Amino acid sequence: MAGPALRPWFAAWARHLRPGDLLVLFLALGASVGSALFLWQGGRPDKAVVKAGGRIFAEVDLKTPRTFEVPGPLGITRIEIQPGRARVASDPGPRQYCVRQGWLSTSGAVAICAPNQVSLALSGSRADYDSLNY
Amino acid sequence: MTPSTTERILTPTPDDQRVARHAAAAIVLTVAEAAIPLPLPGVKPGLANIITLVVLVRWGWREAAWVALLRVLVGSLVLGQFLAPGFFLSLAGGVASLVVLALSRYLPPRLFGPVSQSILAAFAHIGGQLVVARAWLVPHDGVFYLVPVFALAAALFGLINGLMAARLLAEHSAPATGDGTRSGLVR
Repeated sequence: MAGPALRPWFAAWARHLRPGDLLVLFLALGASVGSALFLWQGGRPDKAVVKAGGRIFAEVDLKTPRTFEVPGPLGITRIEIQPGRARVASDPGPRQYCVRQGWLSTSGAVAICAPNQVSLALSGSRADYDSLNY
Repeated sequence: MTPSTTERILTPTPDDQRVARHAAAAIVLTVAEAAIPLPLPGVKPGLANIITLVVLVRWGWREAAWVALLRVLVGSLVLGQFLAPGFFLSLAGGVASLVVLALSRYLPPRLFGPVSQSILAAFAHIGGQLVVARAWLVPHDGVFYLVPVFALAAALFGLINGLMAARLLAEHSAPATGDGTRSGLVR
């Protein structure tokens, strides 16, 4: 990036850096990156909770991809899990709202298939809601 | 007889005049910097801290504290921020960084120069501001959401300000070149 013309310019400034200054600078940049990793991961979900008829049907982690079928009054709702995200792949309900929500990837996100009484919710260390019920 | 207050004359010592000169330079930088549009409130280069650093190295912590606090006070008066939330944030940041600068003088000077002091003071500045913001202005942990942005800004602007202070100090202590371009800030 820095052309040869800029090299003396950089050298003139770098002369004023002492060894400990570089250490402090790297610690400062590390603190920035570290605080970003620590503070900005709250929205990342770590498990999916599937409910059928108001009861917990399954609680799965979001690490291994899989699909499973949840029976309801209208038929079978298929839930698909992939690393870090989950969706309702198909549902027998008439309006398909939960299917059309697509992939859920933030903690606290919920897809509710009300006609078939199935819900899919992602939970993590920090959620946007305390609880949801229907 | 005790002279009346109208007869009493305050004679500024050379020390007072030096503090006033440095504080004036810092205030000019504060006011000039307020004209720079920045995307986030609270992220500022803090160019006036170059003056604080130079004064700290050349004249000691006491004078640096005078310059920094006068700069906060008069800068806020000039910008119409006196006693507004921004004034208390600046004051908290200024006091916190002065404390850290006082401690930083115990670092071995062969290894740690003005750049280290500048970065450490910049982090103390955001630390002091965040404590006041969290305790008083925004009593919610949401204020910490922007910590990574503030920390990155502190690292970058701390580096830049520190380099400028180091260069001013080095150029002043070097033998005069006679080209007459030397800054008057560190005289």
